[in-house]
Amino acid sequence: MRLRPPQTIDQAAVPWLLAVALATASPHAEHLPPWLSLLFGAAVLWRLWLWWQRRPLPPRWCLALLVLGALAAIAWQYRSLLGRDSGVAMLALFMALKPLEMKTRRDALVVVMLGFFLLLTHYFYSQSIPTGLWLLASCTLLTAALIRLHGGAQPLAAIVRQAGLLLLQATPFMLILYLLFPRVSGPLWGLPQDAHAGRSGLSSEMAPGSISSLILSGAIAFRSHFAGETPEKADLYWRGPVLDAYDGLTWRVSALAAALPRKAPVVESRGAQYSYTSIIEAHNQRWLLALDVATSLPAGAMQAPTLEVLAREPLRARSRFSFASSVDYHANRAESAAILQQSLSLPAAINPRARALADRWKSRPPARIADAVLSMFRNEDFHYTLRPPLLGADAVDEFLFGTRRGFCEHYASAFVFLLRAAGVPARVVAGYQGGEVNPVDGYLIVRQSDAHAWAEVWLAGEGWVRYDPTAAVAPSRIEQGIVAALPEGEPLPGIVGLDADWLRQLRYRWEAANNTWNQWVLGYNPQRQREILSRFGMPNPDWQSMSTALAALCGVALLLVTVWTLPRRRRVDPAQRAWQRYCVALARRGVTRAAWEGPLAFANRVAVERPQLAALTSEAARCYAALRYGRGDSEQLLVLQECVHRLPARWRKSA
Amino acid sequence: MRRLPSLHQWLFGRQRDEQWPLVLGQRRIFIVPTAAGMLFALVLLVMLIGAINYDLSLGHALIFLLAGLGLVAMVHSFHNLFGLRLTPGRADATFVGDLARFPLLLENPRRQQRRALELSFSAQPMVAVDLPAEGSVTVALPCLAQRRGRLDPGRVTLATRYPLGLFRAWSYIHPSWSCIVYPKPLQTPLPPASPANTADHRQGDSGQEDFAGLRPRQLSDPTRHIAWKAVARRSDEQALLVKQFAGGASDELWLDWSLTPPDRGSEDRLSILAGWIMLADEGQACYGLRLPGQQIAPATGSAQRASCLQALALYETGETRDAA
Repeated sequence: MRLRPPQTIDQAAVPWLLAVALATASPHAEHLPPWLSLLFGAAVLWRLWLWWQRRPLPPRWCLALLVLGALAAIAWQYRSLLGRDSGVAMLALFMALKPLEMKTRRDALVVVMLGFFLLLTHYFYSQSIPTGLWLLASCTLLTAALIRLHGGAQPLAAIVRQAGLLLLQATPFMLILYLLFPRVSGPLWGLPQDAHAGRSGLSSEMAPGSISSLILSGAIAFRSHFAGETPEKADLYWRGPVLDAYDGLTWRVSALAAALPRKAPVVESRGAQYSYTSIIEAHNQRWLLALDVATSLPAGAMQAPTLEVLAREPLRARSRFSFASSVDYHANRAESAAILQQSLSLPAAINPRARALADRWKSRPPARIADAVLSMFRNEDFHYTLRPPLLGADAVDEFLFGTRRGFCEHYASAFVFLLRAAGVPARVVAGYQGGEVNPVDGYLIVRQSDAHAWAEVWLAGEGWVRYDPTAAVAPSRIEQGIVAALPEGEPLPGIVGLDADWLRQLRYRWEAANNTWNQWVLGYNPQRQREILSRFGMPNPDWQSMSTALAALCGVALLLVTVWTLPRRRRVDPAQRAWQRYCVALARRGVTRAAWEGPLAFANRVAVERPQLAALTSEAARCYAALRYGRGDSEQLLVLQECVHRLPARWRKSA
Repeated sequence: MRRLPSLHQWLFGRQRDEQWPLVLGQRRIFIVPTAAGMLFALVLLVMLIGAINYDLSLGHALIFLLAGLGLVAMVHSFHNLFGLRLTPGRADATFVGDLARFPLLLENPRRQQRRALELSFSAQPMVAVDLPAEGSVTVALPCLAQRRGRLDPGRVTLATRYPLGLFRAWSYIHPSWSCIVYPKPLQTPLPPASPANTADHRQGDSGQEDFAGLRPRQLSDPTRHIAWKAVARRSDEQALLVKQFAGGASDELWLDWSLTPPDRGSEDRLSILAGWIMLADEGQACYGLRLPGQQIAPATGSAQRASCLQALALYETGETRDAA
């Protein structure tokens, strides 16, 4: 028993709250400015020291100065206080300083609530499996801290067990809510500019070096799962943006495609169709990287006049799309004049030697011209390398007649330049080529290192035909992947370089686990929710029916938890139960045993008040006393249990 | 609004509890979110908006887990009280200005412990107690004695915020509790004693001056020492009781209302009398008490002290003192 004012915080609970601060804020050290991480560490150590020495907390004005100073520094560092990153920095700052003015239980609660908020902010940066596990552990710690605050001192293990039990019981609610809570696809309002920072992928222009920097990353661009067989590796061209405007340095998506009337391209499939589902990582652009060329589109997507598939909005979250594609096709045999015009345009007066070369080919049929360029790449001294020499103003000339070293962007660029100069409509297509099947779950993984650029030529009667000039130089790039194509001694891009077999197996497993995680946990968006709910027998789930099911299931779960935690009945000794039954039966007949009355004393009183029950009651009382206090046996128990049935019926009690 | 009092009556009840031990059932337990619970809900709402806005799937999972945690905490707070058995005890008399302590036995029939139970009378200090699994604890509920007389502490609020502080579950218990509050003793010198003039009194006859209690009669005891009143009260006993006397010769001391300064208020005069009783009791004197309209015969010992103080406590309160 203790008497204490309820408001002040128990000093022994302070380390719990410091642990809360550390667990929730320390993973942010990775992206917080170093000075803030240092300030955080110093503040926690300071508080710990004050607690250890039982010193008073620093005065308010001192903390106010610290907060103002740090806020000014954050504003200076991030140029704003409103962005996502500066918001996280501010939260971390408050988390660092709040324990320094923590006097009451209410302050401690604010620390824990701040902790819950900080937990959420970790997901801005990572939603991977390790983050999830770390946050689950932190959640247990925060719950334990609340239990410590409200339940007083207990052994550590008991507190943690109780917190774990609470979280375990909360899990069904989480699952129900996760499945059934009507999902809204964000954002609800304009996001700050840094909301989608650091997402890599193809960009809408191909400047020198833009693809090679991408190729060095082992990050996954998307995963695909084919319903039937997977096409040949050499057919795996995943179409990204079509770059048809050239300024002598950079290839861009021209404004033309957007300006054209919405007219679906005409694709005639000539072979097998492949159905597949792609899970595309967020890349902040609209294109959906379908296998060239898509014949059936997911809902809400459209096919641009230049054949790439576009989503309505830029892809800000990992998303699933189902396509069908044909790898053998005629596309846009009747092409609009505007697009053909755009596919011939070149900036004037650059690359004179390349133009002169193309002029010599002008009389030939277009397909022969393309073949001529390819055979030049194949037969002359061209090399595939990720570390090409820098090129100057006449980039194509320098490449074709000077350095002759480069990778896909150089070859595609030179090829298209030559064809356009020779009067053949041609354009650069950026995207990914190839991919690697993960044997664990059968998904084809396409990484940023598979980024590629190739060319497309419009031939009368055939439409757009793909030419990959890189394949002429380094056929192994297309057939086996970039590692095989690179010359000896050149650094290998990112994770692709790991070649040890066991490492590869490990990576496959890890990536398959991640894929499952991505699809079931992270990729659970409104669309996937509808898919899954219709599989569970809710054919057309709207928010009303979802809320109804949600409420009903939560009610059931609450009931189950209530029953689970219901106090277990103490096992009553059978003798005591029989005696109680007998006493209850007697009470109905007008003699109530008082709580303090022993069996024999009660029997004596019954003998006075109800002589006709005296013999039976005294027999029952003697049996019970023997069973409880002496050496009773099972026979006496039987007698006692029988006594209640031997009582005279109630209507005769007045007799 | 006029219906609200009856709602309050229906919800919380006014009658005193008579059946003991009282087992807390769901009808008696109330539960509402605390300010911290409201803050928690608000934080979750803001987090949910953030998670939707930034499309954080795992954020949704975290928020839903915490929402589930809140619901589960509600059930646990309720169960922290549910099934608790309570039995009130008798409170000892106290003086004005002191804390009266009302004992309440809490029994936990359950295999899990119950933590952080907070008990208090309204506007009185709070007692926090933890109950071990299948264990019991007696708490002494403090209630400040502010007025002389019989103290009715009102109902007990038994509340808990365990485990997470998001919900407060509480129950009201209203035993027929009371405690005698004596006037605050005022230290003043004793009035002079007057020589005893009862027929029984014989100077120096040790063992017969100061009343020290009762014991069963032995054949050698004189009949005039038989405590007839006590015998009459306890008709079930066969043996006669005799008064026992102890101590040396001392004068008889009458603590008389008329000896207190008449210019003081009657509460002060009662306090002065109480101070005299305390002094006389300390000196193991044989003393009697005279109040307007009542008189307590001279005797010694703690029983005499209690009955005299009780007479002061209940003086002019419209209550007669306990027959004890």
